[in-house]
Amino acid sequence: MVQRAALVETRNVSKHFGGVDALQDVTLAVFPGEVTCVLGDNGAGKSTLIKILSGVFPPDSGELVIGGAPVHFANPRVARSYGIATVFQDLATVPLMSLWRNFFLGNEPTKGRGPFQRMDTRRAKQVMRDEMAKMGIEVRDSDQVVGTLSGGERQAVAIARAVYFGAKVLILDEPTSALGVRQSGIVLKYILQARELGRGVILITHNPHHAYPVGDRFVLLQRGRLLGSYRKEETTVEHLTEMMAGGAELKELSHELEALKDIPAMAAAARELAAEAPEGT
Amino acid sequence: MSTAAGVRETSPSEARVGRLVSISRFTRTLQRPEFGALMGAVAVFLIFTFLDATPNHLWLTQIGLASWTQQAAFFGIMSVPVGLLMIGGEFDLSTGIMTGVTAIVMALLIGKLHWNAWAAIGGTLLFATVVGLVNGVAVVKTKLPSFIVTLATYFVLRGASIGFVLHVNQGSTNVVLIGGNYPGLASAKQVFGSTFAQSSSLPGGYQTAVLWFIGVTVLCTWILTRTTFGNWIFASGGDPVAARNVGVPVNRTKILLFLGTSWAGALVGIISLTQASSAVSEQGAGYEFYYIIAAVVGGCLLAGGYGSAVGPALGACIIGMAFEGVIYANLDSSWDFTFLGIVLFIAVVVNRVFYRRALKARR
Ligand SMILES: Nc1ncnc2c1ncn2[C@@H]1O[C@H](COP(=O)(O)OP(=O)(O)OP(=O)(O)O)[C@@H](O)[C@H]1O
Ligand SMILES: [Mg+2]
Repeated sequence: MVQRAALVETRNVSKHFGGVDALQDVTLAVFPGEVTCVLGDNGAGKSTLIKILSGVFPPDSGELVIGGAPVHFANPRVARSYGIATVFQDLATVPLMSLWRNFFLGNEPTKGRGPFQRMDTRRAKQVMRDEMAKMGIEVRDSDQVVGTLSGGERQAVAIARAVYFGAKVLILDEPTSALGVRQSGIVLKYILQARELGRGVILITHNPHHAYPVGDRFVLLQRGRLLGSYRKEETTVEHLTEMMAGGAELKELSHELEALKDIPAMAAAARELAAEAPEGT
Repeated sequence: MSTAAGVRETSPSEARVGRLVSISRFTRTLQRPEFGALMGAVAVFLIFTFLDATPNHLWLTQIGLASWTQQAAFFGIMSVPVGLLMIGGEFDLSTGIMTGVTAIVMALLIGKLHWNAWAAIGGTLLFATVVGLVNGVAVVKTKLPSFIVTLATYFVLRGASIGFVLHVNQGSTNVVLIGGNYPGLASAKQVFGSTFAQSSSLPGGYQTAVLWFIGVTVLCTWILTRTTFGNWIFASGGDPVAARNVGVPVNRTKILLFLGTSWAGALVGIISLTQASSAVSEQGAGYEFYYIIAAVVGGCLLAGGYGSAVGPALGACIIGMAFEGVIYANLDSSWDFTFLGIVLFIAVVVNRVFYRRALKARR
């Protein structure tokens, strides 16, 4: 396979918060037409990595590279101007603002000149409706405040927004956590669509079962460090699960829970864990 | 109000998942942040219509209108930008003293340095720019509550307005521009501190300040609802972290809002100096609370992120009517503060109800 140029790369990036090494020496490349899945446990540094990629904060060391040249994202708008858009884990929507205001927040379409420059409200509402309709959600009232939406609908707003602005790279941090089966399906379809269009996609998740069907490469993070990076043909769901949780640890946990089997809920949890843990560990 | 839903999910023919109800125009009006203030203003107006003790029921004539709009203008030119700042998630306690200090700055530039009045206006605006920048930058850099930062500014300015003025003004705290030849002052007075629409029924006319009040309200409404910057104001107060994550320059937005309150203070200072031709130390101190009350009465959320520009303008009208109304009603004006306290309390309670309603979860 011909090696294409990466859309965006991180080279040896590190980030510390106080004493916490949130990210240590992580190198990652996003290629056009590929879905890169970043897997890792809670606190592994996944969100920290994508916040660096989307310009929320700069890395403490290491660099971001676009088209072979190092870049500095002074703020998220700069990242967006490079065609990198993100669905943040906390969605980054403002509850008391309307749907259309949220959709275009930080990237408002304008019309008119000089002192008469103003938001193109009509266009903003229309685009928002169209993009939401593509997500399978019909908006009746563009002025509805986002705080009154359900969690899933709010997630849909954030995703529709990122899809609309992510001309080159689309980053999704746990995008399906609050979505119903249908909307999850739509998100996965979106991810594949974006891939077909030659965009690079970064999908962040805890769940290898979600990641494997759509991913082209898999990057594992553990306590801020790169644990491994695999192409799809080099790995399996079982392998990823094992790498992530440490299969042995999972087995041990299931034994511990087994010991508490007088409590029905614990026994059920133990059975589930045993099923999750890969064979032969 | 179970009809807050405006979104429905389209689903493949068989099951309609979401709700189809859209909000009626009427309900939408009731939910606007300034609706409570509008009702309040109408109520206060009617109350004083009944309480009016003047021989010819002057409250309902142009004389009554001119007197309370003049008061309202002085509160409103400030309360509207203060409301915007509040929507942006910050407070400014230096607003009251700024209206006085800027008047003194302008008076000193004209009286002591013999500047042309228009140049002095420029100098006053420059001074306000510096104060606004100091407030704004200090708040975003130190991340301290703006309450504290601007309280410090308030004390610094209040002290300087006494100490500095005593020093340069021959030991008097009153800077007077009367009897001399002050180039430009007459034309500046025409623009800022004059009257208009005199008639036989209203020999005194209305204050020019009323036009400035309307202008400021229209401008701020435009900024808040129509411009990109308005979007940033809501977002900076509503959820600064989310706003930053999607690229809103939150700090710049807040600094500009502090500049706004500072410039408004200068505008009031310029108007009051050109009206009275004199300015006195500590003038305006304590008024910051009226502006905040007007903004809260006008439906701006104390926590930020929600409100309008028209609301604080209506709030200023309520305060203006209350201050003038007690005179027409021949009431004891020493109860003014008590009245304001009660109005503030009611407004905050009403605000909470509106806020809850705006955020009412539909599931
Ligand atoms: N702003 C911050 N200040 C301090 N510590 C932080 C901050 N952001 C992240 N951390 C720490 O950095 C580490 C990595 O956090 P991060 O949010 O990147 O994890 P994650 O992989 O996204 O986890 P999850 O799956 O729970 O979302 C955690 O230990 C976290 O406590
Ligand atoms: Mg995370």
